[in-house]
This record gives sequence, structure tokens and C-alpha cells, in this order.
Amino acid sequence: MNITLKPTETFRGDFSTRNSDAAILRFPFPFPEDVYMYAVNIEPHVPGGPTEAFTAAFDIDEHYIGECHDRALTLIDDPARCQVLPHMMEAEWDTLELLMESLAKDYPTLFTLTKDGDIWRWQNHPLGIDQTFSFGQPETLPYPPFEYITRQVQGDFTIQDHRDNNLYMDGGMVTSQADWSLNFDLGMSFHEWHGPVPVAHELGVFDRALAYLLRLQYGKPVRRLNWTLTVNPRLDTSPENYPLWGPDKATITPENIREKMCLRVELQTLTRLPRSNAILFGIRGYLIRLEELVRVKKYAKRMHRVLRDLHPEIVEYKGMPRYRQMIIDYLAPFDDGEILSSGTQPDQTSL
Amino acid sequence: MKARIQNIRSLSATIKHITLAPDAEDSFPAGAAGAFILLEIPGPGRVWKNAYSLVSGAGRRQYEIIVRRVAQSRGGSAWLHDHAEPGQLLEISGPANLFPIARAAQKHLLLSAGIGITPFLSYLPVLQRQNAAFELHHCCKLDEQEVFRPLLPKAPNITLHGSRNSLDLMTLLSAQKLNTHLYVCGPEAFMDVTIAAAKRIGWPDAKIHEESFGGATGGASFIVKLARSAMELHVAEDQTLLEALEDAGLAPPRMCRGGACGVCELPVLGGLPDHHDHYLSAAARAAGKSIMTCVSRAKTPELVLDF
Repeated sequence: MNITLKPTETFRGDFSTRNSDAAILRFPFPFPEDVYMYAVNIEPHVPGGPTEAFTAAFDIDEHYIGECHDRALTLIDDPARCQVLPHMMEAEWDTLELLMESLAKDYPTLFTLTKDGDIWRWQNHPLGIDQTFSFGQPETLPYPPFEYITRQVQGDFTIQDHRDNNLYMDGGMVTSQADWSLNFDLGMSFHEWHGPVPVAHELGVFDRALAYLLRLQYGKPVRRLNWTLTVNPRLDTSPENYPLWGPDKATITPENIREKMCLRVELQTLTRLPRSNAILFGIRGYLIRLEELVRVKKYAKRMHRVLRDLHPEIVEYKGMPRYRQMIIDYLAPFDDGEILSSGTQPDQTSL
Repeated sequence: MKARIQNIRSLSATIKHITLAPDAEDSFPAGAAGAFILLEIPGPGRVWKNAYSLVSGAGRRQYEIIVRRVAQSRGGSAWLHDHAEPGQLLEISGPANLFPIARAAQKHLLLSAGIGITPFLSYLPVLQRQNAAFELHHCCKLDEQEVFRPLLPKAPNITLHGSRNSLDLMTLLSAQKLNTHLYVCGPEAFMDVTIAAAKRIGWPDAKIHEESFGGATGGASFIVKLARSAMELHVAEDQTLLEALEDAGLAPPRMCRGGACGVCELPVLGGLPDHHDHYLSAAARAAGKSIMTCVSRAKTPELVLDF
């Protein structure tokens, strides 16, 4: 994959981040149909999909350097964004091995992993890191193994322990979340941490999803997409920092909505880890401003239809009531009512 | 992936220890305590897919398995005993684990019989390294004691029983403290007796673990008739209904392949489905009017689907 990494970018303050044409065309658009409802929309995470974002095990894109920098800033203010319970040390090494091997394989020009028995050398060229360490010996790394590697990968991660026929969120690195807190959810079971989600419990979605995930097999990762809306391309929309970003919602006007309102999509991956039998949950977030999104004709039309007909409880849960109508008004002129192809591929190769 | 047979060692007339090494890659995916692999074993007219526990820990340079020759074996274990030789290439799956060590347990009680010792051979180094509290009791026939003895470390908490009768199951299970986890692996009768005893004296389900290879090995074969496609297909023992449809060139609806998403549901017009999914409600299962093709099979020799 040929990627040009942007050297500097901000996801706070002046929000200098922008998506290139290539980034817009590879965006993982989440709506395969004109109507959206919760479902167990899980599929095998195999290379390839509707856009290039589905090619690698863990997707790296042009925002890599800026996102890693933003994570470091968040951790300085609040180290509790990365926590792992003590019994998960084996899962920490599993995660480090999986991420290093995947990145070195999928992006050989960006990352190099060299092994001599248990002595490993990790080179992260974009971040200028060259680290030699002993696999299995935490004291040979500057951070615990899970924190060490997830500081160098885009997206949030949690690790789920599998016991008593349930999954427990017993660790995570969470600095770019859509308003949920690792510090609050740490140690919770599957249904507990999904407690706040409306409608889906009644549909039995979580019972089925848990039953499925308990059978998740090593070497057969799965993925799903989730989405919400965020004002400004801000990665850290955490409950802890609500005072910093909550007021942004009140700044939306019909004039600035095209630039400020972002569709936030999470490409979620679930991977069984080999030694610990834990599950690594990757939450790879993508932000796109409405004015960027509408450059793909199909996405503009479908987004308009989905928001126009969205279930009221989902509108409420995703925090949209204040500006939903403004978005619909902005998108409506792009929608000529044309019948759209099923699926999420952009149906155009340039902008 | 391809694996090369590196070494074969006879432990007895009917038990062989086989070492596999990666063919193309320089290492296998990491195995884990309790994990198994599927071996594709060539046979006349078809390929057998047999599951074998890895008996060594997390090594990636090689996988080790122990294979007992099953009496009246049609393929599989008989081929491994009679025809397998170092240097041969076999197709194997990556490791899967349906029998992991429960990390939160304060003590582990491991009970095995016969060839059921195999998953525990991968447990032992892990439990010993973690200084975990555990007890292993292995039962075998008197004349096989010397086969199994060299496989087990000498330790006061590891006991070899020359017959099932020398293990006082009730006393052992009753004496365990709260938050001990029980692991059972062996012939079906041994597992049934042991688990029934544990449940009778009040062991909670969540603390009883039994080795099973789940749906990984398929089930009995059956015929599926497709009303709309006007086709009749044979679903083999080691094939899912969904795979049979796909192999026939059809494109049935499917997604998760694990019985959870509900996408592959097809209406049943005749025959009784054997449900293995987590999607259909108890009432829908009982009605038998639809089937999840990715995991479910047939209780009747024939199944008729509206597809």
C-alpha cells in the first residue's frame, strides 16, 4: 500500500486535520442500505472490502503521526486512559506480538520487526523508534507491553478476558472514544458495558453477539462497523473531558455545519489472542467532515436518507436531536432520489 | 497451512508421538495450553479432518501431538500409524482453543483418562511456571502405566492411577475449596461419570470444563433437497450445510459462519433440523420451520429447504 503520511496535524485546538481525496475514497462508509437499524453486523475480517481501509489487519492511514501524537497528549493529562488488570499480562504480550507482526507484514516500509529467539528489535520508522527488547520480559520495554505498542497504533483497543462464559473488559487503551470511559467500564462483563445502548438489548442483539464472540477462533478475526456524529474532528470525546467538547454542540449553525460536523466511523475488529485466549477489540476510528463526505455522490444521498428516517431512540442515544435537522437540510439538495447500489463501496474512483 | 512431519516416536504399539514443523514459514502461529489443531489426513476417496490437542506449550518452531490408533479406524489415526513418515507434508489448521486454563481459578483440578491426558500435557508447564495450585489425576489401564509415566513430571500433586477404581472421585471432588476449577478429558464414559459426580455435589457449571472439539468436526452426513433450485446435495460428515451449498456453486445468504448473525437462515419445508445456532428462539427451534445453514444439520436423513 502506498501511503503518504502527513507530518503534522491536530485533532484539537485549531483542528488542522483534513482528509485527502485518497482518504475520502478509502473511508469506511457504514450504511449499506438507505435505512439503518441495529443488527449483529459482524463479518470475517479478511483482507479486502468495499474500500482500501479493509485491506490490512490493522489499518494505518495518512493521519498516523498526528493520531499517535494526540494519544500521547491525552495520556499526559490522564494516564488512566490506559489500564490493564494484573492477570492480563499474557494478553499484553499477545497484543504486542500480533500488532508488531501485522504492521511489519502489511507495511514493510513503515515498520520492521527482527527476531533473534526472544530478543526482538522493533523499528517504527515514521515515529523514529528503534527498540530492542526481550519478548516476555516487561522490564526491557519503556512501558508495559500493551501500552508500549498501542501508543504506536491508530485507534483504541480493549482486551477482554474470557471466563465463566462471558467476556470481561480487563484492559484497554482508550483515548479517542465516542463518549465512553475505560475507567468506568474496566472489569465489566459484556452486557454490563453495553448497558446504555438502547433498543438493541430488546432485539437480543447482545445475547447473540456474546454467544458468537465466545466461539471466536484464533486466526479468524471478525469485524463490524459502528458510527456516530462528532462536532469537529476531535479524537478525544471522552466523558472525562466533556467540559472541553460538550459545548461545541451549541456552536453548530446551518452555515458552519458542513465544515464542523463529522461522521465518525469505527472499524471494529475482534481477534482471539493465542496464549491468553483473551479477545483483542480494536476500535479504529475515522472522522470525515460533511463537506468531505458529500464529494462521494452515493454517500451524500444515502447519509441523507439514513438520518431522515432514523429511529427516534437512536437519534437520542447518538446525541443528535440538536442538529439532526440541520444536517438533513444540508444534505437534502444532494439527494435526487436516485436508486443507490446496495453496499458501501463509493461507486466512483476519483472526486 | 502446510506442516512437515519432523519426527515420529512410538510410545506403545497403539500410541505415537508426532512432531510437526512449519514448511514455508519459519514459525507456526503460537499455540496455547489446551489448544488443538485439525490435521488433514489423506484417505481413499476423501480427506479426514481430525482434531488433536497440542501437547507442548507455546512453542512456535514445532507442534507436538500424541495419536492413539483408534480401533476400527477407517482413516485418520490408522493412516498416521501405518503410513505417516518423517518428511511428509500435511495440511493443518491453525490452533483453536476450546479448553483454555481459567486464569481466575485459585486452584486447578485436572482429571484425565487414557489418551485424554494430551491437553493437560500442555497445561503442566504453564501451571508450573505460574506456580499455580493444581492437582492432576490420570487414570489408565494397568498395562499402560509405563506408557504414561514418562510423560508426567514427578511431583506430589501429580498422580497416576493404574485403574479408574483407584481414584476416589467423590472424596476428591468434595474436598476442594471454593474457586477450584475442574477440567475433565477422556473417554465419554469417564467424562460423563466425572461431570455428573461434580454436579451432584454442587459444583457450579462455570467451574467445570470439559474438552470437546465443538462443531469443528461436523456430524452425520445427510441429503438436502433444494425446492427452488431443484437440486439434491449430499452434506458430508466433515462439511457444513452452508459449505455444501457453496460447493454446488450456489450463493446462499451467509455472513458470520458461527450461528449468531441470522443472515444464513433458510426456510425448512421438510425433515427435522438439528439446531446448533444461537440465533433462533426456543420456540422457533421447536417449530423447525427454519435453519441456520452455517452450523445446523439434520436429524432426519433428508432435509428439504425453500431455496
